[in-house]
Amino acid sequence: MNAQHLQPTGSAYFIAKETERPEIHTLSVLVDNEPGVLARVIGLFSGRGYNIESLTVSETEHEKHLSRITIVTRGTPHVLEQIKHQLERIVPVHRVVDLTVRSHELGQERPLERELALVKVAGTGEGRVEALRLADAFRASVIDANTEHFIFEITGKGSKIDQFIAIMKPLGLVEICRTGVAAMNRGPQGM
Amino acid sequence: MSSGQNERREMTGAEMVVQALKDNGVKHVFGYPGGAVLPIYDEIFQQDEVEHVLVRHEQGAGHAAEGYARSTGKAGVMLVTSGPGATNAVTPLQDALMDSIPLVCLTGQVPTSLIGSDAFQECDTIGITRPCTKHNWLVKDVNELAAIIHEAFHVATTGRPGPVVVDIPKDVQFAKGTYVPPQTAPRTSYQPKVQGDLDKIKAAVELMANAKRPILYTGGGVINSGPEASHLLRELVDLTGFPITSTLMGLGAYPASGKNWMGMLGMHGTYEANMAMHDCDVMVCIGARFDDRITGRLSAFSPNSKKIHIDIDPSSINKNVHTDVPIIGDVGRVLEDLVRLWRATARADKKALHPWWEQIAKWRARDSLAYKMNHDVIMPQYAVQRLYALTKDIDTYITTEVGQHQMWAAQHYHFEKPNRWMTSGGLGTMGYGLPAALGVQIAHPDALVIDIAGDASVQMTMQEMSAAVQHEAPIKIFILNNQYMGMVRQWQQLLHGNRLSHSYTEAMPDFVKLAEAYGGHGIRCEKPDELDDAIKEMISVKKPVIFDCRVATLANCFPMIPSGKAHNEMLLPDEATDEAVANAIDAKGRELV
Repeated sequence: MNAQHLQPTGSAYFIAKETERPEIHTLSVLVDNEPGVLARVIGLFSGRGYNIESLTVSETEHEKHLSRITIVTRGTPHVLEQIKHQLERIVPVHRVVDLTVRSHELGQERPLERELALVKVAGTGEGRVEALRLADAFRASVIDANTEHFIFEITGKGSKIDQFIAIMKPLGLVEICRTGVAAMNRGPQGM
Repeated sequence: MSSGQNERREMTGAEMVVQALKDNGVKHVFGYPGGAVLPIYDEIFQQDEVEHVLVRHEQGAGHAAEGYARSTGKAGVMLVTSGPGATNAVTPLQDALMDSIPLVCLTGQVPTSLIGSDAFQECDTIGITRPCTKHNWLVKDVNELAAIIHEAFHVATTGRPGPVVVDIPKDVQFAKGTYVPPQTAPRTSYQPKVQGDLDKIKAAVELMANAKRPILYTGGGVINSGPEASHLLRELVDLTGFPITSTLMGLGAYPASGKNWMGMLGMHGTYEANMAMHDCDVMVCIGARFDDRITGRLSAFSPNSKKIHIDIDPSSINKNVHTDVPIIGDVGRVLEDLVRLWRATARADKKALHPWWEQIAKWRARDSLAYKMNHDVIMPQYAVQRLYALTKDIDTYITTEVGQHQMWAAQHYHFEKPNRWMTSGGLGTMGYGLPAALGVQIAHPDALVIDIAGDASVQMTMQEMSAAVQHEAPIKIFILNNQYMGMVRQWQQLLHGNRLSHSYTEAMPDFVKLAEAYGGHGIRCEKPDELDDAIKEMISVKKPVIFDCRVATLANCFPMIPSGKAHNEMLLPDEATDEAVANAIDAKGRELV
């Protein structure tokens, strides 16, 4: 994850300055749901020095044994193209779609991206009331509570969750769990 | 193919392994037994269709299987036990991955009930070999075993070939299940693209037809594609009149005696090949991957050319060098279309290429492979030249280790056919050549198989001499013995002020006695005028030979593109004074490998 300083090819022969600017893209990877497939994907990223900003995986089509992996990664367009091709080389990988590129092709700014977070806030008195009020403003729901704490469930873009967490910090934030990004493109077509 | 091919039959996992090998056309397996593969060895014992070649170390089994694969175009097969058997296989697996060699490695594993318990000779074989295989499988159910082995052969040999591992726990080898024969429809997610895009091929033909300074830059992909691809390449050269060079891996695809041949390119390639790469206007890269040994400093790589790149692996396109016309497909299929379209639409304007050929002739005249002959000491280049002269009319296969001797072999031994040259290119594995020669000899029992070796490399896998003697494989180990790790020393001279840190082997075995101790034949030669007779003796001996060829100890390998330099900044042999060598690489180049 902290491999930004590495050149993607790993060889010092490519020390030549990258003139392209890094971009953040979201990739959807359709894979056979078999043991080790996630390790192959993650190993590819660590082995070749690519970045992972977020990664989620779950079986999406049970009968076909297909899982969908959503990866948010950062790199120059050249590196992003390499990542796509390298992923496609993995034998159990069916398809790789760069949702960000696809959304541009569809004339949209970016794909739909949502994340879910559980946020535990403990406290009493004024702060507790404030936390509940703000949670309501963010459309976060209370899924557990007693007189000393709340657990909020919040769904939305990553930036919205970041903001909610920042606001909760002074109000008794105890712990956070985030799912990572789920994403797809707008419109009637599938990936 | 066996008679039971279309039957589903009940058998044990171990029986399935042997049956699957037979059904995939396997004749030889290189391996080493151990606790977790004993049931498979018991099955091998009870049949004689598949011949087992016992090595002395699992690494040797892997390189032997690689040599077998490269010289036949078929998959090489190795069989090893769990734990250390599997970890010893890692080097040849990575070697095969980098050089795209079809290698099927079957490993034993502790019983499924013990996996994860740190059992005796347990290791996470799948985890360890995941990054050094094209794909790997842990078989947990005997009913899946046959299909997995068939799929393993399919994955290893199709698309861009590569190594695969099938890890088989011992209880699965004992369990009974249903054997299924090889199927034609493999998994849907693996569909390598073999046919090139016709529009792209048309665009390539147009670029090529209008080129004034074209070059064909070919690689191991031509050889992997099969003999037909080499045949088509020769046809393309004849049709177009283009000059052609090749990577280390691609030697033999175009004959070295062909008039358009410019020799190998890259770090130790010829002056004419590298200068032509730098100055060309159209570059046709066929089955090569713009490796750092080829390109030199990327920012100065062939700055004024349009590049056409034919490769079966989409990730090779635009990886290191931007390509103007990418063609994804099997080299043989693409060349077929390319040659057909060229015949239909283009006409070679060979006159227009005249100035280019004149320029190449000037570079050629520079004679970049020249060296100073010595009448008292054998020059290593001379040794390779004599070896070539005395073996070129024999059915000969050459393997090498890694280092100076490897480059001298590539420069001075000339190949007319594909699959005759087995060397470790991408990984640069010292110790590759001796076991690879064993594998080649097993595949071609009547051929002359020579490992052009270095004294340091050859000691890494010397134990396979014993395997060669056991299997009556009369391989010839031709050691260019300079008592140094020559290439390491050359780099220390280039980069580290001639401080020769641990690159001199102070204790060297007596190679002649060593050969005899193994039951082979030993020859030593120290004088240039005795060399021919000694080589003839080596050829005539019908058992494994170690030839200790004492060569000039301090000779270095030139020409050379020093690290961080461009193709047109080569260090030529007659310019390589001590001072030039000491100053050849600047601070930035020092960081490079």
